[in-house]
Amino acid sequence: MKQGSIRWSVYAGLTPAILIVVFAYVGTMIWTIGISFTDSRMLPVARFAGISQYVRLFGSDRWLTSLQNMVLFGVLMIGISLALGFLLAVALDQRVRAEGFLRTVILYPYAMSFIVTGLVWQWILGPTLGIQETVRGWGFENFRFDWIVQKETAIYCVVLAGIWHAAGLVMAIMLAGLRGIDQDLWKASRIDGIKPWRFYLHIVIPMLRPSFISATVLLSLGVVKLYDLVLVLTGGGPGFSSDVPAKFVMDYLFQRQNIGLATAAATTLLITVLCVLTPWLYAEYFRAERPKE
Amino acid sequence: MSSVSIRNLKITFGALNVLETLNLEIAEGEFIVLLGPSGCGKSTLLNAIAGLLDITDGQIWINGRNVTWSEPHDRGIGMVFQSYALYPRLTVEGNLSFGLKMAGTPKAEIARRVADAARILQLEPLLKRQPAQLSGGQRQRVAIGRALVRDANVLLFDEPLSNLDAKLRTELRVEIKRLHKSLGSTMIFVTHDQVEALTLADRVAVMHNGVIQQFATPKEIYQRPINRFVASFVGSPQMNFLTGTIHRRDEASLFRLTDGTEIDLTGYQFRLPVEDRQPATLGIRPEQAQLQPSSNHAAPLKALFTIEEPMGPDTLLWGTVAGETFSIRISADQVAVIGEECQVHVNIAHTSLFDEAGERL
Repeated sequence: MKQGSIRWSVYAGLTPAILIVVFAYVGTMIWTIGISFTDSRMLPVARFAGISQYVRLFGSDRWLTSLQNMVLFGVLMIGISLALGFLLAVALDQRVRAEGFLRTVILYPYAMSFIVTGLVWQWILGPTLGIQETVRGWGFENFRFDWIVQKETAIYCVVLAGIWHAAGLVMAIMLAGLRGIDQDLWKASRIDGIKPWRFYLHIVIPMLRPSFISATVLLSLGVVKLYDLVLVLTGGGPGFSSDVPAKFVMDYLFQRQNIGLATAAATTLLITVLCVLTPWLYAEYFRAERPKE
Repeated sequence: MSSVSIRNLKITFGALNVLETLNLEIAEGEFIVLLGPSGCGKSTLLNAIAGLLDITDGQIWINGRNVTWSEPHDRGIGMVFQSYALYPRLTVEGNLSFGLKMAGTPKAEIARRVADAARILQLEPLLKRQPAQLSGGQRQRVAIGRALVRDANVLLFDEPLSNLDAKLRTELRVEIKRLHKSLGSTMIFVTHDQVEALTLADRVAVMHNGVIQQFATPKEIYQRPINRFVASFVGSPQMNFLTGTIHRRDEASLFRLTDGTEIDLTGYQFRLPVEDRQPATLGIRPEQAQLQPSSNHAAPLKALFTIEEPMGPDTLLWGTVAGETFSIRISADQVAVIGEECQVHVNIAHTSLFDEAGERL
């Protein structure tokens, strides 16, 4: 009797959360997917149009470019951030002075919004304002650093700003992981005569696997959501050369009034993310649980 | 030839002197235990021998080589840690062979040494397991194995049994002793557990405040403690201490307790000269006091026991003698006299006398 009443109160308490999840997340997701199969333009209509929006979507150069950009940004930003963050954490773990200060400085970029990050880097990278202008001012008249206005390189500027923003977070996660490593392990490795870099490579990195996974998941979310940084830093330009899927969706939803195409793009994005993340997370978490037994 | 020799070792952390002019000579194949309460510098000393800690002054010699500034792996030592310090995510075999592999030892040689260590420590069935799948005792055996494969003739143990439960601790203690017998290597073992120290060691170095108080065989440490610290630190329950004064009477001397009881000191071997009416402390181990007189030199003391603690093979009686806490150990079948005054008898040759500074007289 008592057990039963407790269970009901638990359900009662969870109801608001469940309602929000069902209607606000799952509901809108299903609605979005539904819209993507209609020929809605400015307002959602219920005229079924098959997969015509998807055909149009994948015929669009802009969409393909933005997908490529997302993959490029994702691989480079996550890869370099993980490497850089790990190296920073290792450097900070060598009992440096003013560690607390340095830690704050390195983590600080993460506290800034992408809008601010984008603005700052736009100034730094902008040819008429930042590095190029400064170096020219020192007398190197032929110095060129105009990646941000070149079609081929603009996306790398976004990657650069992304790394600057995320590396500190990775460092914080890695540092926490490093601090959890038993000091006796270091002593044992010194007795065994293992060189520090080999110790890091063979012992520490495998031990930090959970930290690497957490960092990767966090950064991946940022990759998929990537919108404001691109908007401020390059505006998706020059042309559409640094466009990303989220920006594509937003543009077609609110500026070009093509809801059907935008929802088709959003659905494609969702499926892409699920295809990549689901098998990986599944494998990771189910494999991680076995040795604990 | 001495295997490990520590000469005028000094270690300071900032303004704090952890060890000061410490000297220690350890013979080849000896089992040495560094015993002391936490913070006495025993682990610091062991880490200094291993080379894991920079020393301030002095020299460390291992196997006739001055290794004061050598890297830990060049010192010919193996070390076992309290927390096992096994490499996670490597199998037992991986843990044993990793150091050798990194040092570029030939494969056949690695296989031979790993097989040897596994055989000695009965690790063969566990070789393919990960440390997380092992019990504490098994993990510590792997850690010992990792020290063995280095073919070092000096093995260092930093409180290796402290993380184990009582039963495993006893088992592994015996195993370590057996290992020492079969390998014949020099072993230095740090512990705060006096039972481990007394059972394992050829010689025990009792440390306090960074100074070796006494360096002697377990028997000597137990029976003839050099000062009050050693006397009270070693032995459980603690040695009984009775204050009083020494009186010289012609040839004989006697010890007068605060309540006026006089104990004949004939038979006690004095280490230092004593004066008449010198204040002193008489130390008596609980098992050295008996309810029945057993020898000629047994001096009777008036005691009042109030508490009886049966321990299984024997029984502890707690009470007072001359107003000071006193405990004796009697065999379990003896009848205890509780709540009324009785006599206890002490063989004075087995007691310890300390002067006011705590030094043995």
